[in-house]
Amino acid sequence: MSILIDKTTRLVCQGITGRAGEFHSKNCLDYGTKLVAGVTPGKGGQEVLGVAVYDTVVEAVEKQGADASMIFVPPAFTADAILEAIDAGIKTIVAITEGVPVLDMVRVRKRLQDINAGIRDSAAAIRLIGPNCPGVITADECKIGIMPGYIHKKGSVGVMSRSGTLTYEAVWQLSELGLGQSTCVGLGGDPIVGTTPVDLLEMYQVDDQTEAIMMIGEIGGSAEEEAAAFVKDHVTKPVAAFIAGRTAPPGKRMGHAGAIISGGKGTAAEKIAALEDAGIEVAASPADMGTAIQRALARAK
Amino acid sequence: MKIHEFQAKQLLRDARIAVPESIVARSGDEAAAAFAQLAGSVAVIKAQIHAGGRGKGTVATNPQQRGVQLVKSAAEANTVATNLLGHQLVTIQTVPEGQLVRQVLVEAGCDIARELYLGLVVDRARGLPVLMVSSEGGMDIEEVAANSPELIYKEAFDPNAGLQAYQVRKLCHRLGISGKTTRSADRFMRSMCKLFVDLDCSLAEINPLVVTGDGELVALDAKMNFDDNSLFRHPEIQKFRDVGEEDPAEVRAGEAGLSYVQLEGSIGCLVNGAGLAMSTMDLIKMHGGEPANFLDVGGSANVEQVTEAFRILLADKNVKAVLVNIFGGIMQCTTIANAIVGAYKQVGFNVPLVVRLEGTEVEEGRKILAESDVDIVAAENLTDAANKVLAAVI
Repeated sequence: MSILIDKTTRLVCQGITGRAGEFHSKNCLDYGTKLVAGVTPGKGGQEVLGVAVYDTVVEAVEKQGADASMIFVPPAFTADAILEAIDAGIKTIVAITEGVPVLDMVRVRKRLQDINAGIRDSAAAIRLIGPNCPGVITADECKIGIMPGYIHKKGSVGVMSRSGTLTYEAVWQLSELGLGQSTCVGLGGDPIVGTTPVDLLEMYQVDDQTEAIMMIGEIGGSAEEEAAAFVKDHVTKPVAAFIAGRTAPPGKRMGHAGAIISGGKGTAAEKIAALEDAGIEVAASPADMGTAIQRALARAK
Repeated sequence: MKIHEFQAKQLLRDARIAVPESIVARSGDEAAAAFAQLAGSVAVIKAQIHAGGRGKGTVATNPQQRGVQLVKSAAEANTVATNLLGHQLVTIQTVPEGQLVRQVLVEAGCDIARELYLGLVVDRARGLPVLMVSSEGGMDIEEVAANSPELIYKEAFDPNAGLQAYQVRKLCHRLGISGKTTRSADRFMRSMCKLFVDLDCSLAEINPLVVTGDGELVALDAKMNFDDNSLFRHPEIQKFRDVGEEDPAEVRAGEAGLSYVQLEGSIGCLVNGAGLAMSTMDLIKMHGGEPANFLDVGGSANVEQVTEAFRILLADKNVKAVLVNIFGGIMQCTTIANAIVGAYKQVGFNVPLVVRLEGTEVEEGRKILAESDVDIVAAENLTDAANKVLAAVI
């Protein structure tokens, strides 16, 4: 098994009639993803890429049995699209859109927490990945998002990251070393995202396909410190990590809204110290991400 | 997005949050007239630049002159304003040359009994906005946060419901505020929280937040930053943008849809994706070099955007070599290869160019570069790229 998505996942694309939505829907279909429906309000009844388009997500669920969603709607409407997917009972929601207002995400996350608080079994919880993320891929089974499919190779390393191209770089290094992946998750570069590294560590730890975990973080916030503390207490599988932004100056936003060192907090040095303290194999250089997993695996033997 | 203190105070005033009376001046004469109009025995002249630390900051050519100064006459207001206007103010947050002062705020004096601190941010871990207050106002709050975090009191609140009255009572208890001042605090704190949410702020800071001799809370300073992603729904905030306060290269990059941050090293970087761009900077530094910039051309940049990126990079006189690091995902390597060839023809490269390409259509991309007449050092992987670009600047 993998985490979040597999070959049985039935995907709906919200915003399928847009340029990016259609382009990436096609790539997902080509990869083998079961894309069963599209949603664009006001365009119900059309067909895109041979897939039926509906006005609402609830129709995609009722008529096509969709259980995962990929969101490409413009930033001003993304929060509404996520809330609609939650309401329709979608279990895995992947928001690709970049530029969503932070306070919109505060409201979305609150709603998600309220709903999940009523679900006893954490495996049944509704998961939001993103926004501002490359998506989720389980190699050879299901691709939801914008990552290049061909670099992925089926295997046992779980990969999670706050950034897109850096994830590709890590996956590339792993595949070159013959280390395949279970599920790769792009968490998103915004200050508030639906799923945190801790949520994923929990899932990877209980997933039987995953044997090692690669965590790619960056400056800003405290998600990596929290992940380190969780690894220390709850994760028995080998973990390797890389933190981007060792040389970033404080107060300057490095592209991602979340990647900023403010008030002297969220520096790479603090994060690396926390990770090392938790026994995580930290890659010193971005060229060393794949070999860091090799070292973590060797150490565990 | 950042705005000036006088603009933030206007927003506060509009929301019926107490601020001292003040007038913006753009010349010594205007400052003198403002002093007379305020009709007090003292006023404070405050340089208006986007950087903080103005009180301790000094004018580059006149180190005696600080960025904030108390004056006692119209003539003195004129002198101080003249010292500041048109000059570079250097503070702990500006670039070493300082920031040009183009306006000053002339503000009525205030009867200060206590100086508090108030700040608002969105707490990423909790996923909620948080109000922070401290009795240690007026000083460097980051020092307080580092050395005595127990003196900063925090209350998270639901943006839909706003800060609750009991939360204010709790904070007042912590701050030692009692009597009728609690009523003023209730109005001030809850209005600030509402304003923060209504305007999609990313940061709001009142430091110092003053308790006057009459027991009223007044915002003596005001700093507000806004979530760039929310500006589309706030035309009233967009009009406060002051491009003159921003780095010209960063403004130019922003217009082209590029994310650029100027740094001080000699190796220009052109990368797709923020994480990979940061990592490329780290890589250069690890190998003993200094990056000249952070430049993320984004996931789906076209030939025009990449050409503009090269123009911005090559316009930086510090740049002695350029490292292009692209992992094609959505962006095809052929796009970047064509852009390099195009930029070579249009812009012309006067420094060595090291290119590392990987990902979608990489073979075709490498072929385009190999067959062109552009002088390129091709790199195999990240480490090779770092070694080659370092060799080029030595």
